[in-house]
Amino acid sequence: MATQLWRYIGKRLLLLIPVLFGLSLIVFFIMALIPGDPAQAILGSYATPENVARLNAQLGLDKSLPEQYLTWLGNIFQGDFGRSYHQNRPIIDIIAERFNATLILAGTALVLCSIFGLLAGIISASRQYGVIDKAITLIVLIGISMPAFWLGLLMIMLFAVEWRLLPASGMFSIYGGGDLPDLIRHLILPAGTLAFIATGVIARLTRASMLEVLRQDFIRTARAKGLHERRVIYRHAFKAALVSIVPVIGIQAGFVLGGAVYVETVFQWPGMGSMLVNAISTRDLLLVQGGVLVIAVAYVLINLAADVVQFILDPRVTA
Amino acid sequence: MTTNSQTPLLSRLLGRQHSRTSPLALLVRNRLAAAGLVVLCLVVIIALITPWLPLPDPNATQPSDRLISPFTAGHWLGTDQLGRDILSRLLWGTRVSLVVGIAATLVAAFVGSTIGIMAGYFGKRVDSMLMRGIDMMMAFPYILLALAIVAVLGPGLLNALYAIAIVNIPFFARNVRGVAVTLRNREFVDAARLSGKNHFLILVTEILPNVLPVIVITMSTTVGWMILETAGLSFLGLGAQPPQADLGSMLGEGRRLISTAPFVSTVPGVMIFILVMSINLLGDGIRDALDPRLKAGALRRPAARTRTSAEARQAVQYKQKGVLDVRSLRTEFHLDNQVHRAVNGPTFSIEAGECLGIIGESGSGKSVTAMSLLGLVASPPGMIMGGQVNYRDTNLLGISDNDLRRYRGGELAYIFQDPLSTLHPLFTVGDQLVEAMRAHYAISYTDAWKKAVALLEEVRIPNATKRAHSYPHQLSGGMRQRVSIAMALANEPKLIIADEPTTALDVTVQAQILALLNRLRDDKGASLMFITHDFGVVRQVCHRAAVMYAGEIVEIGPVEEILAQPAHPYTRRLISCVPDVGRKTDKLEEIPGLPPQVNNLPEGCKFADRCDLVTDQCRQAPIELETLNEQHQARCIFAKEMV
Repeated sequence: MATQLWRYIGKRLLLLIPVLFGLSLIVFFIMALIPGDPAQAILGSYATPENVARLNAQLGLDKSLPEQYLTWLGNIFQGDFGRSYHQNRPIIDIIAERFNATLILAGTALVLCSIFGLLAGIISASRQYGVIDKAITLIVLIGISMPAFWLGLLMIMLFAVEWRLLPASGMFSIYGGGDLPDLIRHLILPAGTLAFIATGVIARLTRASMLEVLRQDFIRTARAKGLHERRVIYRHAFKAALVSIVPVIGIQAGFVLGGAVYVETVFQWPGMGSMLVNAISTRDLLLVQGGVLVIAVAYVLINLAADVVQFILDPRVTA
Repeated sequence: MTTNSQTPLLSRLLGRQHSRTSPLALLVRNRLAAAGLVVLCLVVIIALITPWLPLPDPNATQPSDRLISPFTAGHWLGTDQLGRDILSRLLWGTRVSLVVGIAATLVAAFVGSTIGIMAGYFGKRVDSMLMRGIDMMMAFPYILLALAIVAVLGPGLLNALYAIAIVNIPFFARNVRGVAVTLRNREFVDAARLSGKNHFLILVTEILPNVLPVIVITMSTTVGWMILETAGLSFLGLGAQPPQADLGSMLGEGRRLISTAPFVSTVPGVMIFILVMSINLLGDGIRDALDPRLKAGALRRPAARTRTSAEARQAVQYKQKGVLDVRSLRTEFHLDNQVHRAVNGPTFSIEAGECLGIIGESGSGKSVTAMSLLGLVASPPGMIMGGQVNYRDTNLLGISDNDLRRYRGGELAYIFQDPLSTLHPLFTVGDQLVEAMRAHYAISYTDAWKKAVALLEEVRIPNATKRAHSYPHQLSGGMRQRVSIAMALANEPKLIIADEPTTALDVTVQAQILALLNRLRDDKGASLMFITHDFGVVRQVCHRAAVMYAGEIVEIGPVEEILAQPAHPYTRRLISCVPDVGRKTDKLEEIPGLPPQVNNLPEGCKFADRCDLVTDQCRQAPIELETLNEQHQARCIFAKEMV
């Protein structure tokens, strides 16, 4: 089993290479498509032609596109994402600073939405068409239809402004903060907002696959064995349903990472999302490029993890 | 040709073909979807007539009227930080958001469907190239790609529209390709190709009409998203630029005022929510109506136990015969306002150590009879309407769920037909055996595992110690069925109910399993209820047989006697269906006609339509069982003459 698992992971890592290559191509060429002169765009419309030419040479923009791409890729492998022209420091430093904050926020939200989504889906399916099922279905629908940015504002209005229970913004208190309880206090609202929005999809899918699994023959066998209905649902049906849910949780990670952009902006969370929004409005395009690439790679790795979990759960998947 | 090639959306919506209820009717009947439709129509109508409504200019600033609270005369929803009327801005903003969202949907649908149709229709290299590209796009977190695109194009409403449309292309491409692939080699496409139509014509006239439902479903499920996401980009300041406003940018501007004037952001927020919610409700309705798999509650979950009528739950009122005594069992399925009477009152008993064969064609009610004994018929739609199942002077239909659970897999055990689908695919067979034991008595996991291995050895599984760690899919069909048998034996049952245990197996394995069952029944002194459609099998393992037809027992008696002197025309037919290897026969017999529909059973003899001996008398009233001798009965007015 263990050797098979490693072989599977190895194989998937190999398959990752073309994906990462493709990602880098897309990210590079989107930026290459910028209309007009990138150096001009970076320096602004008042830049002198000499300065523009110098920057072009400095960035290697006077070379051909494939050449530029290879240089860029080579630099990235050495951890060099270029310099942010707005903040005038290496992009890798900015990303390193911001990445953890997003990881904490999105990670917490993903864990929360998985737990609540799975639970809500199971309960909903085992009480199909009952009052609880209808209530859950309604809440799920509200979550799916709710704009993350507005829900965040509502949370601030209620919990921070009206009741003064939780901080409205930032990751740590400015005075006397910085420890774990302080972080958790700051995390509750943004992570809760993000999780609430993301729970719906998982809950819906869990309900649907549970209903599908509960009609299978092996569930009848489990009942014929004299198992308690709780065991039939939580062990037999849930494990079989989980196999089709895990990949969706991986995909949901992308939704959470994307939603983090809004939530970080609303709660002024110092993560990659708010960094990207600022970078876009200041036309700091290299920073956008680096940020998008890093998040995309993180997303691909999360999906890989989801596949590995599925491999462990389902013995029928072969390496 | 045309009738075959086109399943156009319109006629599907109106339900002209196939479906009994039209999807449009389903949509309206779905109350939530109908509510969504009404709300959405209201919003759209108001947005359409906004230019003619007596509203102040949405962009006219009036610094003296800043932040007036809602419900003030002249400004029903108040004013914002620049003194602009929020109601007017809201309606104009809704217009913008709707137009942008719908336009983005159309762009995404057009480009994505084109890609999907081409990939599906041309296949091969076109397919792999296009879909690789789509996969690449999907490797990005959704909103992030939109952000990157806006970063390149620059902030602005039109650029936001493009960005959102582009990131939604993969959904259309994937869904449409999925359907287009299945159409590529269908007859009507081949016919069009042979008739000389070029690819473009075929794509537009043959493929497109058939993928339209998928496009509509995808549109209805993504348009809400697109409105939400364009609003999101505007909220971030990357979409609509002042003075133009959509709902998102209104929210973005109001954001700074949440502590002083929360209504400025709440109003557009509520509007986005209402809009997206109504679209999602409607979208779900459309999907349910167009996707046949989800139609009419097809996915009802079966309860832990078959629903049972009060009549069937009554206590035993007579002296029980044998180990199991079943009387007048009636099980029905209630589907689409129709009653399917699957089991119509069979009465039989099984003695200790005896094997009773229940034999009949598929659909004769033999499996449902077996499942009804321990409440394993899927419910809904199944319901046990009457009769009794007596075991040890208790009516199993009337006991509590907890008591029933003790019998299930304990004294009464099942073996099912197809062990691949009836064993859990994700647990090892050892684990499943252990679970069967631990459900009934306290035993440690390791002890139970040892017993499980012993059980596997008992059913002659070679190398049982190792096999216990196997998953069902790693075993052969015969081995899997041995595992099922081992599982049934785990708690030393008094009665084993075997539901076609050998049907899914090939002949040599079949013989081994039968021999095994026979030996185990002898060794353990257990009774066996053996369900099959094969008289050959019955002859090998059973003492007595009950022949079922349309939910009734038409003949019951000792196997040897029935085989020698069948007293019912149906039994005779069934016996002659068995090819006899020892004796040369000219032809294989088959029974002409089909069994009657169980939702429309005849009053009299249910076999009458397929019987050579039928007379008027057969059809007039229900036929009673004729007693031939103490053991042997048959439900035919000619029974005595036939033997």
